Amino acid sequence: MTAVPLLSVENLRTYFHGADGPVRAVDGVSFALQPGETLGIVGESGCGKTVACLSILRLVDHPGHIEPNSSVRLRGRELTDAAEAEMREIRGNEISMIFQEPMTSLNPVWTVGSQIAEAVRLHRGSSAADARARAIEMLGLVGIPEPERRVDDYPHELSGGMRQRVMIGMALACDPAVLIADEPTTALDVTIQAEILDLLAELQKRLGMAMIFVSHDLGIVSEIADRVIVMYGGQVVESSTAREIFDRPRHPYTEGMLRSIPVLTQKSQRLSVIPGSVPSPNRWPVGCRFHPRCPYVWERCRSEAPSLPTGTLAARCWLEKEPERRLGGHSRTPSSEAR
Amino acid sequence: MSESNGLPTRSRHSSRPHRAAALLPGLPLLLRGRALSGLSLMALAACMVTLLVLASDRVRTTFGAGRIDEWIALLTLLGAMAAAWGLGVAAILWPGAAGDGHTSQWAAAWHDFRKNRLAVVGLYVMVILCLATLLAPFLTPFAPGAFNDIAATRHLPPSLEHLMGTDRFGRDVFTRVLYGARISLSIGFIAVGISITLGTLIGAMSGYFGGVVDTVLMRFVDMLISFPRLVLLIAIIALLEPSVTLVIVVLGLTLWPSTARIVRSEVLSLREREFVQAARALGLKAPRIIFRHIVPNVLGPVIVAATLGIGNIILIEAGLSFLGMSVQPPTPSWGNIIDGGREYLVQAWWVTTFPGLAIVVTVIAFNLIGDGLRDALDPRLRLRR
Repeated sequence: MTAVPLLSVENLRTYFHGADGPVRAVDGVSFALQPGETLGIVGESGCGKTVACLSILRLVDHPGHIEPNSSVRLRGRELTDAAEAEMREIRGNEISMIFQEPMTSLNPVWTVGSQIAEAVRLHRGSSAADARARAIEMLGLVGIPEPERRVDDYPHELSGGMRQRVMIGMALACDPAVLIADEPTTALDVTIQAEILDLLAELQKRLGMAMIFVSHDLGIVSEIADRVIVMYGGQVVESSTAREIFDRPRHPYTEGMLRSIPVLTQKSQRLSVIPGSVPSPNRWPVGCRFHPRCPYVWERCRSEAPSLPTGTLAARCWLEKEPERRLGGHSRTPSSEAR
Repeated sequence: MSESNGLPTRSRHSSRPHRAAALLPGLPLLLRGRALSGLSLMALAACMVTLLVLASDRVRTTFGAGRIDEWIALLTLLGAMAAAWGLGVAAILWPGAAGDGHTSQWAAAWHDFRKNRLAVVGLYVMVILCLATLLAPFLTPFAPGAFNDIAATRHLPPSLEHLMGTDRFGRDVFTRVLYGARISLSIGFIAVGISITLGTLIGAMSGYFGGVVDTVLMRFVDMLISFPRLVLLIAIIALLEPSVTLVIVVLGLTLWPSTARIVRSEVLSLREREFVQAARALGLKAPRIIFRHIVPNVLGPVIVAATLGIGNIILIEAGLSFLGMSVQPPTPSWGNIIDGGREYLVQAWWVTTFPGLAIVVTVIAFNLIGDGLRDALDPRLRLRR
């Protein structure tokens, strides 16, 4: 733990400055990523997962802005104030990213091979022939049959799952140290989802890279990740491990998410949902940002914002300070028993 | 995907035509069932050979003391023969060149385009017109400005010697229409070239960078568009000496805003597509993203705009010529031939009618091609297949 982490994010704040004041999409997110580790980021739509990932690569468009005192360090090197040219060197080379929608992530006018080769030529300065060879190698690596033939395919000649494989191949072509996977399986069929997850897990082991895996699906994340952070309202509300988060969720939001996963063995009951929806990020409630939706809410939550303690297992919740309230607050037991 | 995108597969299955078929231009294609293409190539080759024989005198003098346009005509003639023969040979050497399992968007668009009969007719007209223009010195024994005995040759009606009759100076109208096509077509192509290059560049920058860049560029576009175009053209040309170059430059510099708007709106939606974000996440620079990833995706609408634009520019140029604001006589252009025949409309209808027909046919041809391209290149329409 004392070693410098591969990637460390500290107090990352990304605001979108509009006419109605700043929209605080990411508001003080901190986490660290060790080499070879998989970190899962979970949260529902609009909680700031994607913006946080884009901020690491500094790809947030105007009017989005990474606020001062935010820090993103790759091997100790600060990225938030690095020159744009340095960032281009890092993108795709040291930190790669794959996106949610495989149908639109590839340029329809170029062959998939030339799109993979492009990154290789850019970062490695390879010759056209070498880059093509690398593209074929990558297509083979991500499990595309007949890579020598497929390399000249256009994106529309491939299925969604195949395209996502190509995207992964493209992202990994320059052996990045970190892969950011932003909901890479959300747009795919369940069976294909499983294949892509297996592929990512296997490649990660084989190539020894670190991965940030973003999803709204706690089940998928806990399958692939070592550690998990849960985001709500632009903040990290819980930091945990993949096992622990299922067995002993600490934050009421995590608890609510677990309870809203359907369980096959349990009959008849209506699926529980977290009441309400994520409030607008330019009007976070005073106090704890989750309090309007929290079953355990009491006065303190409405006035004072809890902080996130340091440590592997932590939750941004007053229950951590007053655990006895958990028993009285909600009638139903947390889902650890429901499993 | 399984039915291979509805593209022709027959070329892959049919047997290779015999090698001997390559001797006759177009025959290999004919044997493979592509009758229209095969016959066209045959006809093209036959025309070229006939022309070579008929105009053998002119061809011979070209080698001695040929003018530049005679050399161009000779090269065109030989080039067209080589192309007619070469396409057949290519069909033998690479049976089903498009059938190797990979279809680019362009190949798919070409496949769609070929199914549109009218557009293909337009394409044929355009090719014939371009060839005729380049081959003009061999197609007519007269020079465009030549007049000898005005009294004897003035206002002769169309005959075998003068296919479109003669004008008030006894000049052959057919010759002048042919040479006039050079002016009209080259103004059309070059001015459109300038305007789509500018329009694509400016539109792409405006759309990609957004913000201040976009505001400044688009207000400039609004300003240009809000001027009545013809008045602006006439004002600029009236200030300076009218010439072909000036007309090309002025048309090129005033017609780009509409292209810029089309490109900008396309780019606005394209840059939100994930492949652009993916390209940025791979560390590509903005110019590379614009030119490699965005511009190729807007080429479809740009090509359509360009094709329709050529027809439009030919019309504008004819109008300007007619007003005496463009090409100055005795250099022929379709507009000024009509202008010259205007006073004699009753005695010599042919002087105005034939160049008028030439304008109509050309503009219709370009519009048909443009419509065909629009249907073929529109990805939304392609989804229905």
